[in-house]
Amino acid sequence: MPVSWTLLVVLALAGAGYLVARARVVAMAGGDVRRLHSRPSYHGWNAALLTALPALFLIAIWRFVQPAANPTPVAILALVLAAAGLGLALFRAAPGFRARNAVETMVKGLLILCSSIAILTTAGIVFSMLFETGHFFQKYSWHEFFFGTTWSPRFGGGSQLGILPLLWGTIYISLIALAVSVPIGLFAAIYMSEYASARLRGVAKPMIEVLAGIPTIVYGLFALITVGPMLRDYFAQPLGLGNSGSSVMTAGLVMGIMLIPFVSSLSDDIINAVPQSLRDGALGLGSTQSETVRKVVLPAALPGIVGAVLLAASRAIGETMIVVLGAGAAARMDLNPFEAMTTITVKIVSQLTGDNDFAAPETLVAFALGLTLFVITLGLNIVALYVVRKYREQYE
Amino acid sequence: MSDATLQGAQPRPSLLAADPRTRKRNAAEARFRAYGLGAILVSMVMLVILLFTILTGGIGAFRQTYLEIPVALDAAQLDKNGNRDPADLRKVLTLTYGKILQQSLEQSIADKGIAIAELSDKDVSGLISKEASAQLRNRVLADPELIGQTVEARVLVNGRVDGYYKGRVSMESAARDANTSPAQLQLADALKAQGMLATQWNWSFLTSPDASDQRPEAAGVGIAILGSLYMMLVVLVLSVPIGVAASIYLEEFAPKNRWTDIIEVNISNLAAVPSIVFGILGLAAFINFAGLPQSAPIVGGLVLTLMTLPTIIIATRAALKAVPPSIRDAALGVGASKMQSVFHHVLPLAMPGILTGTIIGLAQALGETAPLLLIGMVAFVKNFPSAPPDGLFEPASALPVQVYNWTQRADPAFIERASGAIIVLLVFLLCMNLLAILLRRKFERRW
Repeated sequence: MPVSWTLLVVLALAGAGYLVARARVVAMAGGDVRRLHSRPSYHGWNAALLTALPALFLIAIWRFVQPAANPTPVAILALVLAAAGLGLALFRAAPGFRARNAVETMVKGLLILCSSIAILTTAGIVFSMLFETGHFFQKYSWHEFFFGTTWSPRFGGGSQLGILPLLWGTIYISLIALAVSVPIGLFAAIYMSEYASARLRGVAKPMIEVLAGIPTIVYGLFALITVGPMLRDYFAQPLGLGNSGSSVMTAGLVMGIMLIPFVSSLSDDIINAVPQSLRDGALGLGSTQSETVRKVVLPAALPGIVGAVLLAASRAIGETMIVVLGAGAAARMDLNPFEAMTTITVKIVSQLTGDNDFAAPETLVAFALGLTLFVITLGLNIVALYVVRKYREQYE
Repeated sequence: MSDATLQGAQPRPSLLAADPRTRKRNAAEARFRAYGLGAILVSMVMLVILLFTILTGGIGAFRQTYLEIPVALDAAQLDKNGNRDPADLRKVLTLTYGKILQQSLEQSIADKGIAIAELSDKDVSGLISKEASAQLRNRVLADPELIGQTVEARVLVNGRVDGYYKGRVSMESAARDANTSPAQLQLADALKAQGMLATQWNWSFLTSPDASDQRPEAAGVGIAILGSLYMMLVVLVLSVPIGVAASIYLEEFAPKNRWTDIIEVNISNLAAVPSIVFGILGLAAFINFAGLPQSAPIVGGLVLTLMTLPTIIIATRAALKAVPPSIRDAALGVGASKMQSVFHHVLPLAMPGILTGTIIGLAQALGETAPLLLIGMVAFVKNFPSAPPDGLFEPASALPVQVYNWTQRADPAFIERASGAIIVLLVFLLCMNLLAILLRRKFERRW
């Protein structure tokens, strides 16, 4: 592999540059480091960075943009760049050279570069999805995508790709998940911050955090092998509501369990942020503890709790593995919670796994679905973060 | 006169006996408390049920039923030319070894005098796993001297028979099953009584690769563990330097302007973007645009790096913020530059916090499934990837994806394997989190 060889040579050059430049300035100063502007190692680092950085950048950019092209010319160019950098550094090495300032400028540049990777990621997400969504809408009318009520992709052509059944499944499952997680999470947080003894809190808090650390695939398997069959055998079939193991209820319940720690830790923070003086005032007027919580603490914390619920909703909408394993694959608009339905994320997975033909609208639709999902969750997050931040400021 | 007289209100009869309204309020208080306690109990019970079902379902994957029989490696069948030439030996198909195993088993049954009514040939040959003949072939190819001898072979038995000893298959269900029969299970019982068949600890679950649909008994998580390890390597190498560098800039150097505001909002939003969206990004950017290979750990590692970066940045910034300004001031006061004060003093003091955050970020990445599905990690991989760096570009699986993969198979034995893989995954996560807690305990510092 010429790439790894080039990398090794560049790094070796940089290492050599460090040693040579450092020895050179020390010799120029006659062995007396006090005559140098910067400490000797800064001169060394200056040479090393000047040698390595341009060449490494070249290799990285080329690796990403043109991975298939013939590597030899670029490898040679990289080596030339490295040698030039080394030459420049050695040429400039002198006792009066401000090596520390030069090194610090380069390091700061690197730091800025690293911090803009977050921006690059977002840009990458948006552009990759916009681009392919554009292709999709050239092949399929946007009107039918956003307002179509049938989802039946056929790889032979003539598919109907309406998002509404998927959106309905997503919202239905998220609502059930929120109906489970918000009361339980909220009550757990209230009990933990207002009532619990230190001992109970020491046991319960880590346990709820464990729930948060479990990967979603584990919840998915739980839905598939335990909750689904249980709901089918004890509720759906006796009530005559269907006989499918995967259902909206299964996915919603399990997702609700997954969201409990999320809701409870967020609400815990928010409830703790309510000033103690409000509680003391209410208790002083003779209200019981629960009246204080219900009539004073909760109303004061309400905006923050709404923010937490919105964040939980955005998690529920974007959750994938639980619905893939628990909700089923049939796109349906139905009210029966024991019926299998499907979500946006499930369809993204099913359209993009296996052999993909990136010219077919059946594959490209996944990008349009992804973009829709991204926009919905981003909107929820922005509103939620705004509300939470506003609320925090109120009591600071 | 401003005497307010209570009109119509009953004077309280006694301070010791609660009046109806107080009783009502106290009852409401008790109810409220009970709701809170109930919520905590419900979440704890859910955790226990979740872990219990996974553990009981998956523990079986770590035990496997093996059959120990003497196998006569007949030279006439395995080496027709009689020259032990490896090239010739390779031409002998797995099928032949299957026949040899079957003959050996029939021989053993006859030797031990086991007689079972309605025992068909198919029942006898089906008792041994299809994977066993391939294993025997590999053993012979590795050591051609074995040909002509009679060796003791420890072979896997069929998944249904294995399931019989784990309680998944019963005589009644076997009667309805095309892949096994009550006679076969009786044969297995008879062999067990002779001490030839035993359910033992199963190391190969941790070391062997995935197996095809009909051979759940041979499937293991070896490649998945290796693939996950490679991805964690990529994530560690990329996300720690980038994350720490980004946090240092944002926390210590960034001027308060619109650009840094945008970056900050961006990072907190990225932390909340659904993981599957990162999978779409990986597919579009790394595979379609940059042309990296599908199912390769490098792509998975890159996608997970982008996903973990916000977590690491948030943790690192909190750690940097916790270092008191007096440290920075002291460094600046003795003539250090801003950069020196950060790298020589602030960063080492923030290191424990950064480490803890990194481990938690890695643990998150290890359990992530959805984005990996989109970049082709679901593919069936039978060959171990080679050592890095080349191995990073070869197809591999990952632990959570392997779990998903097994849930999509028809044979219920794979559900047990999936739960077993989850146990492995949870053990890894537990170790990482314990490490994080220990680090925090050891180095935690209050200023």
